[in-house]
Amino acid sequence: MNVSTKIPTNGGWWLDKYGEAWKQQIEAVKSKFGGALEEVRDPWTYPTDVPIIYVKKDSLIQLLEFLKTDPAFAYSYLADYTATDEEVSPRFELVFNLYAMDRGHRIRVKCRLEEGEEAPTCISVWPGADWAEREIFDMFGVRFTDHPNLRRILMDYRWVGYPLRKDYPIDGFQLFPDAEAPDPERLK
Amino acid sequence: MAKDGHASFLTTRLEPFINWGQRHAMWPLPFGTSCCGIEMMATLCSDYDMARFGSEAIRFSPRQADLIICAGIVNSKMSPILKTVYDQMSEPKWVMSFGACASSGGVFPVYSVTQGIDNIIPVDIYIPGCPPSPDAVLYGLLELRERIKRGETHSQRRIRENQPAPMEYSSITRGGAPQP
Repeated sequence: MNVSTKIPTNGGWWLDKYGEAWKQQIEAVKSKFGGALEEVRDPWTYPTDVPIIYVKKDSLIQLLEFLKTDPAFAYSYLADYTATDEEVSPRFELVFNLYAMDRGHRIRVKCRLEEGEEAPTCISVWPGADWAEREIFDMFGVRFTDHPNLRRILMDYRWVGYPLRKDYPIDGFQLFPDAEAPDPERLK
Repeated sequence: MAKDGHASFLTTRLEPFINWGQRHAMWPLPFGTSCCGIEMMATLCSDYDMARFGSEAIRFSPRQADLIICAGIVNSKMSPILKTVYDQMSEPKWVMSFGACASSGGVFPVYSVTQGIDNIIPVDIYIPGCPPSPDAVLYGLLELRERIKRGETHSQRRIRENQPAPMEYSSITRGGAPQP
């Protein structure tokens, strides 16, 4: 893929609008979190629409807290939080799509996880990450340390396996004869 | 009345008379879950006018309906709801599987979609199409009427053989999915 081809985005050419700010922000993140970053992919050398910051798992929460609270970044809105199955080692990537409400910047943070490895919960940073983490657990089987209510959110609780993993059979469906029974924990 | 004023008789069996009444006034319950539901509404509206065939009385209560039109995709989590609605209908009851998704899963052979509602409830007539055109729906309705006339539907067979309605269906896994 020719990286000089600009990726059209719904807000115009993001690189023209936010390129200078992204350069400063990438420099600032590198100087503050130098050793904790695995890799930084920027739109000038890699075919992506927004910069991607790969961070080690131990520093994930600190980086997210910094991106949210630092006035030069102010990525206050967790636009999307999901995961991908890469079928390599490390297997999973957590994907945070962040949005700065006041200036319109976007940035992406990723964190690589081995299979079976527990991820830190980021409910302390964004309370709305609760259900997103439950969905990631539901679809990929990634567990989160200290999550208060880590149960399946979309699939039936009797479901076996994690349907968005790449090794799950694509047409494998499980049909249950009756509706999901109410959770006795929630009836108390 | 005969021309000379005497009363005259027409003798018949009661079953064909009831059958005649049932097949000419099927009250449908619209179980429209997605885009096929729009086509079902178009069929019911005045351009195609399902009322010509006695099915204009849409009932949103399963107690009052004879025919459930399952129009659209049925997800795994929707399956018990469809089953409950079917169980609440009174006999005789008929099921029309409307479109590719309800009949076979359609273009969604994935983990979250029931691969055909005949996994859950007995289906009397399948209408192919994505979505079916209104004339296909009307053809299906008339074909269902013919089958009711011949007594070939699941519900009539159950009544004839004095069997109860199927109350439960079994767990199904397909496509190499893990066994629950």
